[in-house]
Amino acid sequence: MYRYTDFDTAFVAERNAQFRAQVERRIDGSLTEDEFKPLRLMNGLYLQLHAYMLRVAVPYGTLNSAQMRQLAMIADRWDKGYGHFTTRQNIQFNWPKLRDVPDMLDALAEVQMHAIQTSGNTIRNVTADHFAGAAADEIADPRPVAELIRQWSTDHPEFQFLPRKFKVAVTGSPNDRAVTKAHDIGLRMVRNDAGDAGFEVIVGGGLGRTPMIGKIINSFLPEADLLPYLEAIVSVWNLLGRRDNKYKSRIKITVHEHGLDDIRARVEERFALLKSAFTGIDQQLYAGIKADFAPPAFSTRDTGPFDLSYANDPVFRAWVDSNVNAHRAPGYAIAQISLKAHGATPGDATSDQMRLMADLAAQYGHDELRVSHEQNIVLPHVHKADLPAVHAALKTLGLATANIGKISDIIACPGMDYCALATARSIPVAQEIATRYNELKLENDIGDLKIKISGCINACGHHHVGHIGILGLDRAGVENYQITLGGDHTETAQVGQRTGPGFAYDEIVPAVERIVDTYLSERTDADETFIDTFRRVGMTPFKTALYGEAEKRAKAA
Amino acid sequence: MTQLINDTGFLTEDPAQWIPSDHIIDLTSDTDPAKLSDLLHGMELVRVDFPSFADGRGFTLARLIRQHGFQGHLRARGHVIADQYAMARRSGFDDVEIDDVLAARQPEAQWLARANWQDHDYQSRLRGLAA
Ligand code: HEM
Ligand code: SF4
Repeated sequence: MYRYTDFDTAFVAERNAQFRAQVERRIDGSLTEDEFKPLRLMNGLYLQLHAYMLRVAVPYGTLNSAQMRQLAMIADRWDKGYGHFTTRQNIQFNWPKLRDVPDMLDALAEVQMHAIQTSGNTIRNVTADHFAGAAADEIADPRPVAELIRQWSTDHPEFQFLPRKFKVAVTGSPNDRAVTKAHDIGLRMVRNDAGDAGFEVIVGGGLGRTPMIGKIINSFLPEADLLPYLEAIVSVWNLLGRRDNKYKSRIKITVHEHGLDDIRARVEERFALLKSAFTGIDQQLYAGIKADFAPPAFSTRDTGPFDLSYANDPVFRAWVDSNVNAHRAPGYAIAQISLKAHGATPGDATSDQMRLMADLAAQYGHDELRVSHEQNIVLPHVHKADLPAVHAALKTLGLATANIGKISDIIACPGMDYCALATARSIPVAQEIATRYNELKLENDIGDLKIKISGCINACGHHHVGHIGILGLDRAGVENYQITLGGDHTETAQVGQRTGPGFAYDEIVPAVERIVDTYLSERTDADETFIDTFRRVGMTPFKTALYGEAEKRAKAA
Repeated sequence: MTQLINDTGFLTEDPAQWIPSDHIIDLTSDTDPAKLSDLLHGMELVRVDFPSFADGRGFTLARLIRQHGFQGHLRARGHVIADQYAMARRSGFDDVEIDDVLAARQPEAQWLARANWQDHDYQSRLRGLAA
C-alpha cells in the first residue's frame, strides 16, 4: 500500500491548517458565503438537507486496518456512530458540526487520509478497480497510476475552479469493474503490439441528466505521457467547457457539442505545448509508487479447513459462492463483505462493524481492505484456509449476507433521507426490494442482477447503468419512479432504456416483481442472466408485463 | 481604486508602471487560446481578467501564456481571493490586482499567509522543479 512521503504529510497538514483558518475567516466575514462554498467543497464539506456532510476520500478504494479503525473512531466521536460508503469509493459522515470538521480532518491526517477534492468543481478522488492487485484477470495494478494522478490533481493550481466536477477512473483489467466509460476520463491499462505499457483513454462519459458513454480519444497513450496528456484534456476543457449553464458544463457535453475529432485535435495541440514541462521526474516518482504497491508475502498453506467447511456447511457454501472471487495467488481468495443486509441502508456501516472489518483485515487479510463502487467492502487477500473463520466472525455483526451481485445487492443514493437535491426516496425502495426478495427466497434462483436507484436526475445511484434502473422523480408533489432496463456498467457499457410511464411509491416494488417474473419465465435456463435475456428478447415482454395489466384494468373500470 | 499584491504584501507602487500603454494588453477570461501567440507579440504587461473568483479560466490562460514563452509581467486582475493567491503564482502570474473593497475585507495578512506558495506544491515536485 502507498505510504505518505514526508512531502504528502506536510502537504496535508498545511492544507488542514488552511481550512481551519478558512472556517474562522468565514465566521469573521473575511470570506463571503459564496466564496467559502467552493473552499469547503474542495475540502469535502457539503451542506445536506439536515446538516453538513463530510465526504472522505478512500483513494482508489484502498484502506488498511488502522485507517478503518480511525473511521470508526470518527463516526463515534463526531457523528452518530456510523458512516456511509459510496459508489465513488468515499465514506460520508452525515452529521458533523462545522466547528468539528477541522479536528476531523486532523484525525484523518493521523492515518494518512484526507477529504481533499472529494467535492466541488475540481478533479475528484480517482477511483480504480476494487480488486486491483488481487484479481486473477488483471494486466497491471491500476493503483500506482491512480496515486500518481492523485498527486498531480491535488491542489493543481489551474484546476481548482473548473467548469464543473471532473472524475477519473482507472482499470488494469479487461473486465471493467471501475465503470470507466461513465467517467469524465476513463483509463484502461493496455499493452500495444510491441508489448509496451500504455493507456486507452476514454473521454466524455458521465451519468447525470444526460447520460453518455465515454468515447476513445486515444487508443494507445504511452505510459510516460500520461500526466501531460491528462493535463492537456483538462486544460482544453477548462477554457472550452460551458460556464453559462451548469447542466451543460461537464466534458461529456463539450465533447458532444464540438465533436470528438475537434476535441482530439485541440488536445493534441495542447499536449504538444505542455509536454515540455514534464521532464521525466514524474516517471521516477511513479516507479517509487509502484514499489509501494508490491504484493504482500503470500503464504502457501493447505486449504483443508476451507474444503471441509465448504462441503459441510451450506450457509458458508452459499456465502462463498456469491461473495468470494478468484485471486491470482494459489490458495488465496478475494472476499466481499456485503453492506447490503436485507432491509439495511445500502452502504452504511456502524463503527463496530468497521472495527470488526479492520480486525479481520489485520488478522487474515494482509492488512488490506477495499471499498467497492458497489458500496461493499472487500478483503482482497484472504487465504482460503481462513475463510471459515472470517465468515464466522462476520456473522456476529450481520456482515455475512450472501448476496453480492444479486438482486438485493442494490446501489442506492442517499435520496430524500439526506440529500437536499432529492426528488424522491431511494433508500426505502432498496430496503423494500431486498426485504421482499429475501422473503420470496428467490434471490439465488434469479442470480446476477443489478438494481441501481437514484433519488433524482443527478444519477448518483448509477441507475442508467443498472440492469434495472430506478429513478425517483417528483410529479406534482408525488413521488414517481421511472424504470430503465438493460443498462450495463462494465466494458460493454450501455445506458438503459425507459420502460414507459413511471410508478407511484407503493407500485414500484410490485413493478420490479413483474419485471423479475418476466425474466424468470422468458429465460432459456437458469444460466441465462437477466441482462442476457433482456438482450435476446428485448423490451416488449417486460412492457407487456408492466403496462398490459394496467391498461386492462383501466378498461375494466 | 485597486490594490496590487505580491509576495511582499500590499504594494504602494506599481512595479510595471514604466511599461508604455501600447505594450500592455488586457485579456478577458474567454480569450481564444489559439490567438495567444499573436496577442502577446511585443507585449510587456499582460493583465488577465477574473470576472468572478469562480471563473478558473485565467489560471489556465496564465499557464499557456508562460508556456508560449512570455517573459514579461503577468497580472491577475479582478475578483481573485486570498485563497487563490498561491494558485495564481503557481500558474505564472507575478502579482494580483483587486479592488479596495475586497482588500479591506481580506487584509494583507491573509495574502501574506499564502506567500509561501512555492512550498507544498505537487506540481513542482512532479515536474522536477526545486521546491
Ligand atoms: C449530498 C448528497 C449529494 C449531492 C448534493 C450530490 C450531487 C450530485 C450532482 C448535482 C450530480 C450531477 C452532476 C452532473 O451531472 O453534472 C451528481 C452526480 C453523481 N454523484 Fe452525487 N451527490 C450527492 C451524493 C452522492 C453520493 C452519496 C454518491 C455515491 C454514492 C454520489 C455519486 C455520484 C455519482 C456517481 C454521480 C454521477 C456520475 C457523474 O458524475 O456523471 N453522489 N451528484
Ligand atoms: S441522485 Fe439526486 S437524490 Fe441522489 S444523492 Fe444524487 S443528488 Fe441526491
